[in-house]
Amino acid sequence: MSLRTALLLAACLLSAGAAAGEIPLSERRSGYELMGRETRAMQDDDATNPGMLWVLDGEALWRKKAGAADRACAACHGDARTSMKGVAARYPAFDAALKRPVNLEQRINICRTGQQKAPPLAFESRELLALTAYVARQSRGLPINIAIDARSKPFLDAGSEAFHRRQGQLNLACSQCHDDNWGKRLAGSVIPQAHPTGYPLYRLEWQGLGSLERRLRNCLIGIRAEPYAYGAPEFVDLELYLMWRANGMKIETPAVRP
Amino acid sequence: MTTRREFLVATAAALVPAAVEAQIDPNQAANRKAAFQAALRKIVGDGQLRRGRVKLELPPLIDNGNSVPLSVAVESPMTATDHVVAIHVLTEKNPLPDVVSVHLGPRAGRARLSTRVRLADTQSVTAIAQMSDGSFWSDSAEVVVTLSACLEEGLI
Amino acid sequence: MARAVVTLPAQAKRGEIIEIKTLAAHSMETGFRRTQTGELIPRDIIRRFTCTYNGTEVYRVDLHPAIAANPLIVFTTIATETGTLSFQWVGDNGYTATETAPIRVE
Repeated sequence: MSLRTALLLAACLLSAGAAAGEIPLSERRSGYELMGRETRAMQDDDATNPGMLWVLDGEALWRKKAGAADRACAACHGDARTSMKGVAARYPAFDAALKRPVNLEQRINICRTGQQKAPPLAFESRELLALTAYVARQSRGLPINIAIDARSKPFLDAGSEAFHRRQGQLNLACSQCHDDNWGKRLAGSVIPQAHPTGYPLYRLEWQGLGSLERRLRNCLIGIRAEPYAYGAPEFVDLELYLMWRANGMKIETPAVRP
Repeated sequence: MTTRREFLVATAAALVPAAVEAQIDPNQAANRKAAFQAALRKIVGDGQLRRGRVKLELPPLIDNGNSVPLSVAVESPMTATDHVVAIHVLTEKNPLPDVVSVHLGPRAGRARLSTRVRLADTQSVTAIAQMSDGSFWSDSAEVVVTLSACLEEGLI
Repeated sequence: MARAVVTLPAQAKRGEIIEIKTLAAHSMETGFRRTQTGELIPRDIIRRFTCTYNGTEVYRVDLHPAIAANPLIVFTTIATETGTLSFQWVGDNGYTATETAPIRVE
């Protein structure tokens, strides 16, 4: 091995070890900042943000009676603008009955089955996306605020472990791109820090609104790993970690992303 | 008279099943360019297409080819005697050349359209304005189209 | 449900040019995509958007598959008189959507 190669190898090993740990709050950047001017404008204007089509559907569903109990979300929760304010900013949240954190989609289904006595809405269905988008929209502009206690700490740790673990045929860990190499380019796109500030969001690639889990499935397929099923505990643990990692950043739902 | 090339292309097309044909059209670029020219002729007819008066705005480098913001504005007083009758947008490399056509008149106030379009590849987009006096004006813009990094179907 | 959103000012001065932004929920299936097994997914798009002002057509758009999903159409019209602006989208497979908005012109 030549001296030059040896030095290069040493440099790589050193840098690989040095960059670990969450991004400090002052350096956290939303994927919004990486987008072109026009895409940002699409997100900023409710009149042109396609995600608003789902938010409006969600508003209608909020008021619609459902299930054997024949009640609407509004029957218990009243005006979402007040009752749901701040909710999305603290999800995933610990559910005492299930003894584990649940995400917002699961929380909505817990209400549907438990309170409305209606069948749960399928993951990624238009109805569930619409309701989730409507609820999360009420937290727009508020800082993400995941509070961890003794009950939720093990799940946060599991999510963190998954984020830092190499997986898939490409043997890559999430942290290698999103902690160590954010800001650099991958296949023509700038690597974001991967903060889930705007979910459910309108992804131009999907030409539709989708959940964080859908996006994470794209990531897993991208590194040639087997994606988890929707609602899998591995996913919710990872979502908990990602939201906690983004604490302090503002909710942007419904965001627009390439 | 059918040229040898046209005969060979027609025969090849007839022999190959449709699903496979779509993937192996060796003349795709040429065919699409010809379709663009035909669409252009259909709008302009025998008239002359002049550059100017039309302003086509597209981001030079776009985030995703599925949804590209596009704006067209045409300089015109928009009076009863002098106004824009139609605005057409065409592409050279999409499967179909036509993107959108607007039909308007003096009531519009301004001859403009903003929308979002799909662009299949890095290419040039053309906007044509048809005036009430029968004249045609145009503008073109070049766009570079990139692909997202992590897709559901994986890299093609 | 066929969802569409229109945004425009509720009132304007006579002769003022107002901007109207419209969004329609529609996948705008191009007809060029294929399933995993290679079958073509049939075309299903909005073909036409029309804006009428107290019954008179003031803006009409012919859409093709190259228009992105959930079509955005932003245009202008002159606020001529108080009344109703009516917006209609028509597409393949019997798709229609209608929205109306009042406008007060002084």
